[in-house]
Amino acid sequence: MSAAIVVDELSLWYGNFRALDKVSLQVVPGEIMGLIGPSGCGKSTLLRCLNRMNDQSYVRITGGLKVGAYDCMAASTDVLALRRDVGMVFQRPNPLPVSIRDNVLFGLRLHAPRTPRAEQEARMEAALREVLLWDDVKDRLGHDGESLSLEARQKLCIARLLPLKPTVLLFDEPCSALDPDGTAAVEELMRNLAGTYTQVVVTHNMQQARRISDRCAFMLMGELVELGPTAAVFTTPSDERTARYIEGRYG
Amino acid sequence: MESAAPSLPLEPLEARHRRESVVQLGLAAATALAALPALAIVFYIAYKGSPALTLHFLTEMPTAGMTQGGILPAIVGTLWLVGVSLLFSVPVGVLAGMYLSEYAGNSRLARLVDMAIVNLAGVPSIVHALFGLGAFVLFLDFGTSILSGGLTLGVMTLPVIITSTKAALQSVPHNFRVACWNLGATRWQTIWHVVLPNALPGILTGVILQVSRAAGETAPVLFTGAAFYLPILPTSVWNQTMALSMHVYALVTQVPKVSEATKYATALVLLIVVLCFNSVAIVLRTYLRRNRRW
Ligand SMILES: Nc1ncnc2c1ncn2[C@@H]1O[C@H](COP(=O)(O)OP(=O)(O)OP(=O)(O)O)[C@@H](O)[C@H]1O
Ligand SMILES: [Mg+2]
Repeated sequence: MSAAIVVDELSLWYGNFRALDKVSLQVVPGEIMGLIGPSGCGKSTLLRCLNRMNDQSYVRITGGLKVGAYDCMAASTDVLALRRDVGMVFQRPNPLPVSIRDNVLFGLRLHAPRTPRAEQEARMEAALREVLLWDDVKDRLGHDGESLSLEARQKLCIARLLPLKPTVLLFDEPCSALDPDGTAAVEELMRNLAGTYTQVVVTHNMQQARRISDRCAFMLMGELVELGPTAAVFTTPSDERTARYIEGRYG
Repeated sequence: MESAAPSLPLEPLEARHRRESVVQLGLAAATALAALPALAIVFYIAYKGSPALTLHFLTEMPTAGMTQGGILPAIVGTLWLVGVSLLFSVPVGVLAGMYLSEYAGNSRLARLVDMAIVNLAGVPSIVHALFGLGAFVLFLDFGTSILSGGLTLGVMTLPVIITSTKAALQSVPHNFRVACWNLGATRWQTIWHVVLPNALPGILTGVILQVSRAAGETAPVLFTGAAFYLPILPTSVWNQTMALSMHVYALVTQVPKVSEATKYATALVLLIVVLCFNSVAIVLRTYLRRNRRW
């Protein structure tokens, strides 16, 4: 099976500071890849490369990076199309200041503004069902996205990616603002989405990485130290640094 | 509670409460001191001017060397001048503010332009008047006309419109923008769908406060568009016109034998026009704020 994401010797500098150091990894279509490592090791940086949110003048990137059919390193790659196929979810739920319905349909209307009404409604309902939010909000689609609970807001932020039928979903500590119930709910939903979407999840929560990821990558100071099936990484890590991190000896 | 830290040299609570009341009183006094002159001005002018403020005064031409009759051409002229200045300064100012906030980034050049604009806002209006005389009346050969006067007022209000537009846009939380970009929105789509709707109350407030400033200033129209005595209504932007601010100045300093009441009534009308613009701003802002969502 060809990989959904191919990272090949990817290095990234913020000015003179090297945040990624020759990272190479492949993500299999449909899997959940966990990304763990101490604060500042470059997890978010790597994630942002995947939908080109690092395009600033002081950022320099070398190496190869392919996401689906897109060559992220090629200047000619259209970031608007790339971001249509690669959605990102953040630590703090960030619904837009519009209604629940408009939140879910926001991306769709950006990319396909002439989608017929009925099709829009159908896709919105499908997206909200996929994130297990439909029954909660079906009677108040006109309400503000920010009127929801934190957990529901985060689900909404996931739902708004789905009407565009993306292939890859990126999560940057998606549960760290949520309580245990909210965390469990979002984890359940991510497991439901596995198979349909390729997911990369950054997390500081070891238990969470163990529960939801199929494979897990451990990063340290911009380097990829270890990558393997989650169970193996957590029970029999091949690198000593991984073992120490999992035992909780780094931040 | 009291027993929590018996060994600490706790400050007596009464002293702290007393200090709190003193501070509160001081702040309230300062506020009263600031509000008092404003109210005094309004009441004084209303008191002195209201006897002469009749329907005829508002709807008739001045007669008898401006000592009799009404001030209609001055009212209409002010509206023309403000209209022309708006047509120029609002589109240019808002679009420039948008560029500076959303596109220009934080380059050295952008900061320089920014600083220039902020400083331009502090340039005295008489300097704008001289610029308008040189640029519009003489160089572009628009003559002494509503066009020249309006453009001068427009140039004068531009810096504040730009900075207030920029500030209003910047006050929209950045993570809305990030969310949009991540969904594949272009910068313009992000501005149009998310940033602008949420910044609109702030932008409008800035614009309308500048409108009332344009209506009230005398110096910028003094050499560029306002006439001393011209008892006809303007019909095009190429005409000269009377203006309220100029008319107050003229009545007070240039024309003998004008009754006190007439002077104050003219000032009162100017005040009312300005207050009208301001209340439009307030109403619009509260209306738009209702739709704001954070
Ligand atoms: N925009 C930026 N400009 C300069 N340096 C940056 C920038 N973003 C991140 N860095 C630096 O790059 C390094 C990696 O940052 P990154 O945010 O990728 O870490 P992280 O692994 O996601 O950390 P955390 O777990 O705290 O989120 C850090 O040392 C950080 O200070
Ligand atoms: Mg991070």
